[in-house]
Amino acid sequence: MSSSTEWPLWEVFVRSRRGLSHTHAGSLHAPDAEMALRNARDLYTRRSEGVSIWVVPSAQITASSPDEKDSFFEPAGDKPYRHPTFYDIPEGVKHL
Amino acid sequence: MSTPLTPTAPTATATALALGDDALVLSHRLGEWAGHAPVLEEEVALANIALDLLGQARVLLSLAGDEDELAYLREERAFRNLQLVEQPNGDFARTIARQLYFSTYQNLLYGQLASGDGTFAPLAAKAVKEVAYHQDHAEQWTLRLGDGTAESHERMQRGLDALWRFTGEMFQPVGGLDGADGTGGVVWPALRESWTASVSAVIEKATLTVPTGPQEGAWAAGAGRQGLHTESFGRMLAEMQHLHRSHPGASW
Repeated sequence: MSSSTEWPLWEVFVRSRRGLSHTHAGSLHAPDAEMALRNARDLYTRRSEGVSIWVVPSAQITASSPDEKDSFFEPAGDKPYRHPTFYDIPEGVKHL
Repeated sequence: MSTPLTPTAPTATATALALGDDALVLSHRLGEWAGHAPVLEEEVALANIALDLLGQARVLLSLAGDEDELAYLREERAFRNLQLVEQPNGDFARTIARQLYFSTYQNLLYGQLASGDGTFAPLAAKAVKEVAYHQDHAEQWTLRLGDGTAESHERMQRGLDALWRFTGEMFQPVGGLDGADGTGGVVWPALRESWTASVSAVIEKATLTVPTGPQEGAWAAGAGRQGLHTESFGRMLAEMQHLHRSHPGASW
């Protein structure tokens, strides 16, 4: 199994049904995109989990850093007015 | 053995045995890769293919009799599979060569059966989708190994060459499939032509050389359909059957 480290890592996204978004399912090793797609089919859709697969080289994904967690996400924490449920629906307004 | 299993069984039974044994034996061979495949992803891929084949074998053997008895209690000479599918796995390239030869054949054969209205049409219609994927898997790997490193190229060529002599047997007509029952059955010379064209195209694209076979009328390996098998098949069967024979009726 040591040779698997020589193959690049791919992230797998599976769409479970038409109309839903692709969701991250996991990752795998493969020598190229075509084989990554086939490996993804075998690893992540063998119990009828999907109707469509995307594979993306893991190296191509830019991720937020855990160090930036506070500046990235905490400011949104105390701003409940950004949620639609913050507002009361006025009397007599239809179609909301 | 409780049921006599003779080569002179009714035709539909004999046909189901031939196709079912191909699937069963190849399934077992592919299962031998579990825990040994070069990478985890490929291990799952081979196991998936093995399970597809096992599912096909169960349906086919059930048409011929009791599936467990047929799989676990028959002697070597009662098996009707092609000698190709019983050949040992060898290295990964040899397994891929075996997959390329057999899945191309099975895809063509089942495609024809599925388009007819014979006994095996419903089964073939379901299996042909699985088999198309098996063929794609084998082709993808043949291309990558052939057009890969010098070593992978050499190993792939060696695998193709070593198994070539077992491919002629695939085109011996299987009784019950050749249209005798008016279902517009399989035309074997045409099947061979399509197979040769398909396999040759992949091999050449992979920068490999198509092996050359024995001349017309010369001796060629293969009498599996008559119950004659190669040396390693007995050992494979011993392993496949020992649990059932040691503990008859065992379940968990």
